Amino acid sequence: MNYHWNWGIFGEQVKSGDETYLDWLITGLGWTLAVSLTAWLLALSIGIAVGALRTTPSRFLVALGTAWVELFRNVPLLVQMFLWFFVVPEFLPRDWSLWVKQEMPAKEFVTAALCLGFFTSARVAEQLRAGIMSLPRGQRDAALALGFTLPQAYRHVILPQALRIVIPPLTSEFMNVFKNSSVAFAIGVMELTFQARQMQEDSEQGIETYLAVTLLYFICAFTANRGMAWIEARTRVPGLIARTS
Amino acid sequence: MIEIRNVSKWYGPTQVLKGCSTQVAKGEVVVVCGPSGSGKSTLIKCVNGLEPFTEGSIAVDGISVGDPKTDLPKLRARVGMVFQHFELFPHMSVRQNLALAQVRVLGRKAEEADARGMSLLDRVGLRAHADKFPGQLSGGQQQRVAIARALAMDPICLLFDEPTSALDPEMIGEVLDVMVELAQEGMTMMCVTHEMGFARKVARRVVFMDHGEIVEDAPAGAFFDAPASDRARTFLARILHH
Repeated sequence: MNYHWNWGIFGEQVKSGDETYLDWLITGLGWTLAVSLTAWLLALSIGIAVGALRTTPSRFLVALGTAWVELFRNVPLLVQMFLWFFVVPEFLPRDWSLWVKQEMPAKEFVTAALCLGFFTSARVAEQLRAGIMSLPRGQRDAALALGFTLPQAYRHVILPQALRIVIPPLTSEFMNVFKNSSVAFAIGVMELTFQARQMQEDSEQGIETYLAVTLLYFICAFTANRGMAWIEARTRVPGLIARTS
Repeated sequence: MIEIRNVSKWYGPTQVLKGCSTQVAKGEVVVVCGPSGSGKSTLIKCVNGLEPFTEGSIAVDGISVGDPKTDLPKLRARVGMVFQHFELFPHMSVRQNLALAQVRVLGRKAEEADARGMSLLDRVGLRAHADKFPGQLSGGQQQRVAIARALAMDPICLLFDEPTSALDPEMIGEVLDVMVELAQEGMTMMCVTHEMGFARKVARRVVFMDHGEIVEDAPAGAFFDAPASDRARTFLARILHH
């Protein structure tokens, strides 16, 4: 391989300013974390609500939840980014549309976080639904028989158990959020992938650039993984599933 | 106390309850028995509205269960239920299982709920296990906790849905002892069970069901000594002869 290695590149100044390449990557990492964590909070709250709706006895609520899930999981994430960025603002009332296009602060970030949050919420909802369905039906009956309303039964009995069951798939989902956030570069969010492309073009040291970015993504996802494993251990119920690993 | 009139229920084209009528007076113990699939569990779940029914009416303490205007959670809070598979909440300690509905449904203070829970645990002989989780108890212990949980709500009557069917034989006795004690204290009870010894001892009446119908509704003594129908005779012969 005839390649001029230069691992010192990260400390060097970029061609068009007084920042270093490392500064670019750190800025990128910051936006990646901001988009991912905002999207994850959104995905968890909406996903739990939608997943729960899909298990209620009300046909209307089930249909509502199903519509949400199918809407967001049948369209590629990249296309959804473009839809939210270019298409949705055109269909808003005129004043809103103008505001979104001209005045909304951090327009790219907000769009990307919402888009990734909604997309992921559909997946969280499906996993939670599976968790709820895996509980014995008697748990719901027992809660209702004690005089709980259905929302109370979900809040105190069904969700605390279902959420514990779905921690392993939710862990994958949390890791996916970091990886999927790279798609946000397509609408101009200056996140890690965006900065990597910029650095590659500017420095012509593509291999170092992408190896560094790979490592940074890996660290993000792996931290998410360890964090979830910690939560899983903390919430383990004595006498329920005796796993020691 | 419990008034069941002409209750029918269909699952699609299948009729699972056929014009069932019976009643449980205050302080009375009524045992419901019958072969599996006879609709007895479905019937008892209709009493607190866990299962909807298609026709007829059920009133508990004068309140109509099937009426859409009835505040079902409020009514259920006054009707205790014990399930075949215990259905303790596995993610909570025994103590929390007993306190949860007292606090959230009845609005009792945490300390008051805990004290009530502990005194009931005492009564079922499980005070020492208060801080364990359901998964750490035997089936018989779990069912005794479940009975204590139902009692903690100070119910006006108790419904038992095959409370000993999921238990190992050596644990059935400890659960039945608690139930006999409750019956002797005058608790109003409707019990779906195959424990004929229990029925003989405390039941005022036995309701025998088959294929969704109430075939016999007789005083316990008469039912055991001289069942009126062939179906009840066959059933009794089957469960008593081994």
